[in-house]
This record gives sequence, structure tokens and C-alpha cells, in this order.
Amino acid sequence: MFESLSARLGSVFEGLTRRGALKESDVEAALREIRVALLEADVALPVVKDFVAAVKERAIGHEVLKSVTPGQMVVKVVNDHLVETLGAEAVEINLKARPPVPILMVGLQGSGKTTTSAKLGLWLKGKEKKKVLLASLDTRRPAAMEQLAVLGSQAEVASLPIVKGEPPVAIARRAMQMGALEGYDVVILDTAGRLAIDQELMAEVAEVRAAVEPAETLLVADAMTGQDAVTIATEFNEKVGITGIVLTRVDGDARGGAALSMRAVTGCPIKLMGVGEKLDALEAFHPERIAGRILGMGDVVGLVEKAKETIEQEEAEKLARKMAKGVFDLNDMADQLSKLRQMGGLGSLMGMLPGVGKMKKALAGANVDESILIRQEAIISSMTPKERAHPKLIQASRKRRIAAGSGTTVQDVNKLLKQHMEMSKMMKRMTKMGKKGLPMGMPGLPPGGLPPGMMPPGGGLK
Amino acid sequence: MFGKNRSEASESAAEDRKGWFARLKAGLGKSQDKITHGIDEVIEGGAEEAPAEVPAEPAAPEPERKAGLGQRLVRAVTRRRLDDIALEQLEEVLITADLGPATAARLVSNLGRSKFDKDVTSTEVREALAEDVAGLLTPVARPLAIDPAAKPHVVLVVGVNGTGKTTTIGKLGKVFKEEGKSVLLCAGDTFRAAAIDQLKIWGERIGVPVLAREQGSDSAGLAYDALEQARAEGTDVLLIDTAGRLHNRADLMAELEKIIRVLRKLDAAAPQSCLLVLDATTGQNAHAQVQTFQEMTEVTGLVVTKLDGSARGGVLVALADRFGLPVHAVGVGEGADDLRPFDARDFARSLMGLEG
Ligand SMILES: Nc1nc2c(ncn2[C@@H]2O[C@H](COP(=O)(O)OP(=O)(O)OP(=O)(O)O)[C@@H](O)[C@H]2O)c(=O)[nH]1
Ligand SMILES: Nc1nc2c(ncn2[C@@H]2O[C@H](COP(=O)(O)OP(=O)(O)OP(=O)(O)O)[C@@H](O)[C@H]2O)c(=O)[nH]1
Ligand SMILES: [Mg+2]
Ligand SMILES: [Mg+2]
Repeated sequence: MFESLSARLGSVFEGLTRRGALKESDVEAALREIRVALLEADVALPVVKDFVAAVKERAIGHEVLKSVTPGQMVVKVVNDHLVETLGAEAVEINLKARPPVPILMVGLQGSGKTTTSAKLGLWLKGKEKKKVLLASLDTRRPAAMEQLAVLGSQAEVASLPIVKGEPPVAIARRAMQMGALEGYDVVILDTAGRLAIDQELMAEVAEVRAAVEPAETLLVADAMTGQDAVTIATEFNEKVGITGIVLTRVDGDARGGAALSMRAVTGCPIKLMGVGEKLDALEAFHPERIAGRILGMGDVVGLVEKAKETIEQEEAEKLARKMAKGVFDLNDMADQLSKLRQMGGLGSLMGMLPGVGKMKKALAGANVDESILIRQEAIISSMTPKERAHPKLIQASRKRRIAAGSGTTVQDVNKLLKQHMEMSKMMKRMTKMGKKGLPMGMPGLPPGGLPPGMMPPGGGLK
Repeated sequence: MFGKNRSEASESAAEDRKGWFARLKAGLGKSQDKITHGIDEVIEGGAEEAPAEVPAEPAAPEPERKAGLGQRLVRAVTRRRLDDIALEQLEEVLITADLGPATAARLVSNLGRSKFDKDVTSTEVREALAEDVAGLLTPVARPLAIDPAAKPHVVLVVGVNGTGKTTTIGKLGKVFKEEGKSVLLCAGDTFRAAAIDQLKIWGERIGVPVLAREQGSDSAGLAYDALEQARAEGTDVLLIDTAGRLHNRADLMAELEKIIRVLRKLDAAAPQSCLLVLDATTGQNAHAQVQTFQEMTEVTGLVVTKLDGSARGGVLVALADRFGLPVHAVGVGEGADDLRPFDARDFARSLMGLEG
């Protein structure tokens, strides 16, 4: 039900390219779409307003006005600003304190604090080689302490022995004591879930914080959170004081606008993301990924991922090496053609890219469809290995044989050979230009992922 | 559910009702303040800036929030012309309650149809919006009806992780028990650490038996056995807990389907109810949750939890409109008694910051 921003902007800018220059009023129209896209992605309204104002400032003026493809440019400006706001640089868990370093986990009920505590324990144990102690200060939820203990043993991370009836601050002190006595590097304190507006419980956790002075107080928040993200983040920051945010359930399909809201109102970095229920499902925060989701451009990310799956890294490297030597034979072309088809053909491939609506139409006009790809593959497969490696060998009689073998005409064979020539020329040029020279500036495609000869105007396909 | 055996204790029922509203209001307090304040700001802020026929400027956020009593009294009767700008601002106020851009736009255009260009007070605007919202919600405010002939009436409880399924089962069990029904709980979440212990504690707390096996055992098999046991014992209600699962995980959703398939081997009508538990803090993703769970498990009704928090659960309005699924109850706290029937008018009015 959500339309991606690229699709929205596509319709805004459709008329524009015909008229040429981009006016302020056009940017305004785009900003309206951006606003709705952000709201649909659960970014909180006050944050949306600030964001849109900032983007407007960046977009109007040279950046967009000078751009050749305004739609793409606006998407890029929005995306860049979003990534920046989310925090372009990863901020690691701060362990710079005298050991045992206390880390306090706070958040609403059910946000994922206990699971994340255990995940973080495993993470610090594995990545930082730290000796970690887990302690549950949750005296309220049924079986909360047992839950952490079970998770701790699954992660092979120690947990504080449970003493029933002890208040949270006392548990925290006992954990720190045990941490100090037994030489732990880090003590992770899991707390009961609490509502941001529950004064009493907020005061309780503030007291814990005052007692142990944690190096990190992490707000654990659900990626599905709606507009309330602002209240939650503000209240926890004001009443308890947080140093970072962990976004959970990023493995879901929520657009994740809460990340932007919480980051914007607290200024605290998002440090980690939970991507599953298993204990190793914790990752460093990837702002690009969340930005792509918020904008509904998971499709762009999806494209990159799909391309990665289809074209194994190794093969791409092999091709790159061959290309570096200026070799691009018909075998390589056949490879490219079949990969294109595996990725769902040109249509679906192009559809995933932002701002190519127009190009897609041009392609459709040029009659590029899968049947052509299939026919071209057939032509190549009717060649001998020697012919494929040395296309210059293919003269008139060979052409007739290949055409007959593939059920095509000599003309088709000629067309394919011509296209191959163009592609290999382009490949050579690109190799000289270096890796940056990907056609159309396509994001994330491995070298040669999309044969440049397939692109208009150089395509020459019938 | 709710109130069958309450007639005898009508006093406490009235108290309860007051309690529910007070609780909801206390919970919605913050949000309500925000919505009320938001609407006040639009109407009264705008009125101050544009008292006459001059096209109104967008109402700047009030610089001074704590207006004096005198000023507030003046404001209570302040009128503002309901123009496009005012409507747009009202739309924004609704969006901040998670109603979503589309539903907010619709409600506001309804308002515009009846009141456009009229001079209105903030209260009038709130009344009108509340009425419209209540209109949307009334058809879905339906209690969970237990079929007395079913024996047991099987209630399968599903939802994404951490929404409050297990807690809601505890609360529901208590309601049914107090209505004089026999209840069995089934600890069908065999996956999450200590989920079984959690439900067992709930069983003890409310004095209801729990069928459980060790962690990692097959939940469909357990559900089957629970149904068999409940049938043998003539139990009225069987509440089956399930592990939280994200709706976009096809493999986990297939597991739920399996539970249902297995239950139907014993009773073709089971589960008589499939409750989807939603967290009021959730934003627009609730749409995807309802849609997928409904497709995969034939959800028969919703329970919305954590309405005692600052989230307003406004997405419910959009959900009611789009899916029309009954909302059986709302969770307003972590205790066994913190479940309330869903009352459309109360919800709508407190959403708009109006007294009951
Ligand atoms: N899919 C998914 N589930 C998660 C993630 N993090 C936590 N969960 C699940 O969310 C549910 C709640 O997690 P808990 O760790 O118990 O949450 P909590 O914040 O400790 O809950 P309270 O202590 O009750 O406030 C469990 O079912 C977890 O398995 C995540 O990143 N992805
Ligand atoms: N404030 C408040 N907290 C609630 C409400 N309902 C549930 N909770 C809390 O939310 C947290 C999660 O509740 P659970 O019942 O464990 O949720 P669940 O859906 O069973 O979680 P999983 O089984 O892990 O998916 C617990 O801390 C509950 O006490 C409610 O209505 N209000
Ligand atoms: Mg917990
Ligand atoms: Mg549960």
C-alpha cells in the first residue's frame, strides 16, 4: 500500500524534464511527496517538518536546478540528508571506563531489552574478547530473570545469580560488586520494561543509573514504533539520560521512521540493530539501509542484493580482471545476458532503480524484451568455443551456419556481433576510466553487471 | 466476555467502567494533552493571528505554552474560521496520533464538508472529529463471544514479538474464570526463553491450569494435546499462547498454519477465535501485520495492548476502516486486571481529548 518515494517523485517530475529547468515550485511539489512518504514511514511529524525544511534548503539552488535528471537528484539529496541525519558514521559501544564497565539497557515493555542484553553480551565476548556478566533488574515481569539466565547460558555468557525479592538498585550494586571481584570487563544490566510516562518507574531506573554510572545507557526501541517515538526518546533521555539507541526487529518490514525521529530528538547515535530473535542477530547500525527503507527505496537496496546474489563476487572479479586486459569475448557476453535474465530481465531490473521510469519506456520502445535476450543467447550458444573466444573468425559461411543453428537470420547474427563490438569498446573505455565509470551511475552493480550495449542510445537493438 | 456475571456487582462494574476510562484517560493523558493542545493551537492560535477575514497565516507554534488562566478562558471561546490552512493543521494533529496520512486526510475532509468556512471553537472541532471516529469504531467494538456449545472454545493468540500475547492470555483467563467458565492455558510458545515459565506464573496467579512441555518441543503437537485434554475435561475455554513472530517470516507463519491444521483434525471449527495482539505503540506497520496474519491465520479479532502508555493507538481507526475486524479488548497495564472492553465512543473521545 505504500508507494515508494522514487515512484512518487517519478510522477512529480515526469512533466518536468520536458519543460527543462527545475523551478522552486517543482521542488515544493516534490517536498510534499517527501513529506507524505516520511509520514507513512512513521517519521514523527515535528521531525518530518525539520527534515523537509532542511532538504528544501539543500535542494533549491544549484544542487537540483543544475542537475540533468531532477528526480534522481532529489532522491539523492533526500537520501544523503537522511543518511547524515541518521548518523553516517558508526559509533561503537563505549567501553572506555574502569572495568567492570556497566551498560544499562532501558526501554518500553517488550521492546527487546532482555534479548538485546544477551545479544550484546555475546557480541562483546566475541568481537571484543570481553568477559561479560549479565544481570536482570527486572523484578516485575513474570520469569524475566529466568529469561535472561537462559539466554545467558545459550550465549555462554555468565549471569548474576538470582536472589528473589531484591530491589533493582540493590541488584545493580551486587552485579557491580561481583563484576569487580571476579574480574569481569563488562556488566550488562537489563531492566524491566517501563512506560515513558510512568514517573515512578522512570525515577527507579534513574536511581539505578545514578548508583552505577553506566558507560552506556542504551534505549532499546522497536523499529515498528509510530509517532510516539518522539515522546519515548525525549522522556527516556530527559528522565534517565541515554547515550545510544538500539533499534530492534529490523528484520521486520516496518519502514523504521522511528529511527530518524529518535535520533533527531535526542541527538544520540543509533549504535546497533537487532535483526532477529537469535542471539547472533545483532548488527552495527547501517544508516543507508534504514534510509533506503524510510524512503521506500528498499527496492534499490534489493537490487544491489539481488545483483550480488546472482553474480557471484568471484565471477565479477574474474570478469574485471579480463576486462582490465581489454578482453571481452562472446562467452562473457553470453554470461552477461543470462545473468540479466536471471535477475528478472531488464524490465524488473530497471524498475528497481529510482528515476528510470523514463528510461524504461525508452527501452520498451526499443523493443528490448526477454525474448531478445533469449535469442541472443541462442545465437552465441550455436557458435563454437573458438568462435566465441575469437569473434573475428566469424565470416559469412560461419554466420549462415550459426543463424541456421539458432533459428535466426544472418542479420540477427550481424546485429549481435555489432553489439558485442560496441560493448567491448565501451568496456575498454570504462576500464580506462576506472571503476567509477559505470553506465548511468548505477549503484552497486558489479563491473559489467549491466552490459552498456544494452543501454540506449548505444543499444542498436531492433 | 466482560460483564455477564457483573450484573450482580453493578456497583463494581460502574466503578470498573470509570476505572477503565480513568485509566485510559490517564494513559492517553499525555497524548490527549498533545492532541487537545494541538487542536487548540490550530483553532485558537490561528484565531489570534487571523481574527478577521484576512486569509489566515499558518498558526505558528505557540511560543508560550503555559497560558494564564484568564487567557485560557478567553481561548475556550475563541473561534477561528475553518479554512484550508486550519484543516491542514488539524490533519497534522491527527497524524501525530498515528492515524496515518490517508485516514487523517479523510477525517479532516469530512470535517471540512460540514464546517468549512464556519467559525468554530476547538471543542466543536474535537467533538465533530470524535463523533466521526466513533462512527468508524462502533461497528468493530465487539466483545469476544464464547460459544458455550463448543467445549472448548479455542482461542489462538498470535502476533509479532513482544506485543503482549502472553500477558493478554493471563488477563483473558482471569476474565473468563470470573465469569464462571473453566479455562485451560496452553504454553504454545516453546521457542522463546522462559516463555513457558512466564505463562505458568500467569496460570498460578489467576488460578488456572496450564498445559506445558519443555522448551523446544513441537507447539502444534502440544496444541493438539491441549485440545484433547480440554475436550475430555469439558473445559469451556482453551487459550493457546504462541511464540511471537514477524509477519514477514513465511516459515514462521507456516508454523501457525500448522497449529491450526492440527487443531482442526480434532475439531473442524477450531480455533473458534484467533486473536491478533497489537501493540498500541506500533505505527503504520500495524497494517501489514493485520493483513498478513489475517491471510495466514484467519484472524477473528484484535486486542490492542499498552494503551496506558503515551502512544495513542490511532492506527486502530485506520485498521477499523480498512479491515473491519472486531476489537475485543484493550490492555491498559501489566496487571491481571488491566484488560478492558473496547468502547468506541470512549476511545474516540479520549483520543480527541474530550471528557467521557
Ligand atoms: N524478530 C525479532 N524479534 C526480536 C528482536 N529482539 C527481540 N525480539 C523478540 O521480541 C520479544 C520481546 O523481547 P524481550 O527481550 O523479552 O523484550 P523486553 O524488552 O525485555 O521485554 P520486557 O522485559 O517485557 O519489557 C521476544 O519474543 C524476542 O525474541 C529482533 O531484533 N527481531
Ligand atoms: N504497560 C503495559 N504493558 C503491557 C501490556 N500488555 C503487556 N505488557 C507488557 O509487555 C511486555 C511483553 O508482554 P508479553 O505478554 O510477554 O508479550 P508477548 O507478545 O507474549 O511476547 P513474545 O512472546 O516475546 O512475543 C511485558 O513486559 C508485559 O508486562 C499493557 O497493556 N500495558
Ligand atoms: Mg525483559
Ligand atoms: Mg509470549
